[in-house]
Amino acid sequence: MREPYNTVTGKVLYLPIDNIDTDQIIPARFLKTVTKEGFGELLFHDHRYDEEGNPNQEFAINQYPGNVAEILFAGDNFGCGSSREHAPWALTGYGIRTVIAPSFANIFKNNSAKNGLLLIELDEQPYQALKQIVENNKDVDVTVDLPRQQIHADGSDFSFEIYPFLKTCLIKGVDEFGYLLNLSDRIKAFESARGER
Amino acid sequence: MSEARTLFDKIWESHVVVREPGMPDALYIDLQLIHEVTSPQAFDELRKRNLPVWDPNRIKGTVDHCNPTRLGPDGDERSALIYADENSRKQILKLEKNCKEFGIECFGLDNSARGVVHVFAPDLGLTQPGMTIVCGDSHTATHGAFGSIAFGIGTSEVSHVMGTQCLFQSKPKSMLIRYIGELPHGTGAKDLILYTIAKIGVSGGTNYAIEYSGDAVRSLSMEGRMTICNMTIEAGARFGIVAPDETTFAWLKNKKFAPKGEVWDKAVAAWRNLYSDEGAVFDKVIEIDVSKLEPMVTYGTTPETAIGISDIIPDSEMLNYSGLKAGNPIAGTEIDYVFIGSCTNGRLADLREAAEILRGKKVADGVQMIVVPGSGTVKRQAEAEGLDKVFLKAGAEWREPGCSLCLSMNGDFIEAGKRCISTSNRNFEGRQGPGSRTILASPATAAASAIKGVISDPRQLEVHHA
Repeated sequence: MREPYNTVTGKVLYLPIDNIDTDQIIPARFLKTVTKEGFGELLFHDHRYDEEGNPNQEFAINQYPGNVAEILFAGDNFGCGSSREHAPWALTGYGIRTVIAPSFANIFKNNSAKNGLLLIELDEQPYQALKQIVENNKDVDVTVDLPRQQIHADGSDFSFEIYPFLKTCLIKGVDEFGYLLNLSDRIKAFESARGER
Repeated sequence: MSEARTLFDKIWESHVVVREPGMPDALYIDLQLIHEVTSPQAFDELRKRNLPVWDPNRIKGTVDHCNPTRLGPDGDERSALIYADENSRKQILKLEKNCKEFGIECFGLDNSARGVVHVFAPDLGLTQPGMTIVCGDSHTATHGAFGSIAFGIGTSEVSHVMGTQCLFQSKPKSMLIRYIGELPHGTGAKDLILYTIAKIGVSGGTNYAIEYSGDAVRSLSMEGRMTICNMTIEAGARFGIVAPDETTFAWLKNKKFAPKGEVWDKAVAAWRNLYSDEGAVFDKVIEIDVSKLEPMVTYGTTPETAIGISDIIPDSEMLNYSGLKAGNPIAGTEIDYVFIGSCTNGRLADLREAAEILRGKKVADGVQMIVVPGSGTVKRQAEAEGLDKVFLKAGAEWREPGCSLCLSMNGDFIEAGKRCISTSNRNFEGRQGPGSRTILASPATAAASAIKGVISDPRQLEVHHA
């Protein structure tokens, strides 16, 4: 069980850049641990810190000291590249619960689902409208209502689509492993039908 | 059997264990490959749930991402662990320990067949047509070169397969890429796939499984087909597949894990049915004319920024990072490092291609060239042919197998601001070390550039045959 996702209201980390790959989210040299802990500090490391390890003030994450955003507003094809699940671990470790983008890379999408991280794909028109709202007011509170599949920001509402099974998993705070384990008799039957085991 | 089906569809449908409305398919996985970086948390998940591994015979482990690609003071790779940082050492030892505890065969540091996960498995005949194969690594589509459904997964999914031999997966849409024409002399698989990614873009394949077809693919060796399928993820697609043929069967025959005797004959007979039927419908078909293909190199920080070696560098925001100048020819760009290796181009055919060009020549002054064979098997084969001597004589380093400079986890890295021409698969910012600049290219182009010290067209170099 992990924290169920219902409605989240929070600030926005604004990074409307296309093709942010998982090497940017968490560089490979930080993947050498055997736990899922401690990646939040390293999120976007090589952009967030300079060579001496001091915060890079030009990077969005450092522009609101003490303000931990819960919603990341990103560009097209977010999460492309390596399959590292450390990317969603870094995002959720930092406190991000939702990423909004025009599209996401496939493996990143699967990995996020396993970690309670909601990914919202918005069509061009609502994406641009929401982008305008955030650009005009970087401090705006955005609410993501998963049960009703709606985003509220500055008096505007935007609806989004989500795969029903994924929605159920997020709202209940369960993952797919339990569902798969319940299929063990049918997996065994499949194997014996193929003449194995 | 009236309906025409795609190759991908045939394999997928034969692996569906459960299909329920509103749910992704529960897909049976024939083979899972694991390595030290994306598996430790998966083993912990099994422990947490008090679960055994469902079928240890369907999992093979190897060490590739973190190992120092050198020999240690005792002349072996284990003693080289003193060169690894503490976390790398822990991760490598943890994999060996986890495999032992759960009864999984591990091709660890002492195993002569160890290597990059997508090189060592085909070497051993573990990868076979018609299989479903997963690995916690995005370049798993490499194995699709044999006519299998192979895809990269995350660590949670690694644990699901360990515990149930299954994964929930939504079936992707289907795309056929049909190459028209033959590969021009002096070009190869790496040029072909870079050209393809430049055409369809880094997210052009998202939500698709891509089948590669046409004479240009048929004429490729298995190594070349693996190079193509390997980089499918750089176009956004998790799956790349090539229908198996005589080239595939010839590669597999007599490999360690390949079927033998009568079982082999039966297997080949079944594999011959693995092709997309005449009239099979794809969601998308893309035709690409390859008759004018040139050696390809990248100028930016995504693999789609590939251009021909005689092209001019176009304007792009990415040039701020890559340090190149719009309007200049890409050929002639100075380089500091050359990396030959990785799951894209670390196989015997790739090393031969580079050695052919380097034979009797020297790496340019001020350029450091590192050659990292993809596996122990590849390394021994290359040494048997004397390729190691060619590289060493030219002034290159000849290393132990591993991922090395492809993603710079193991201590090998390119300094900030330095430029590396690399046979790997990603030119992302910082991929080869913070601030490093990467130019993707084929082994031939990388080797030619090593000699000249600048990005160079391999077709313009005289080749000395052995």
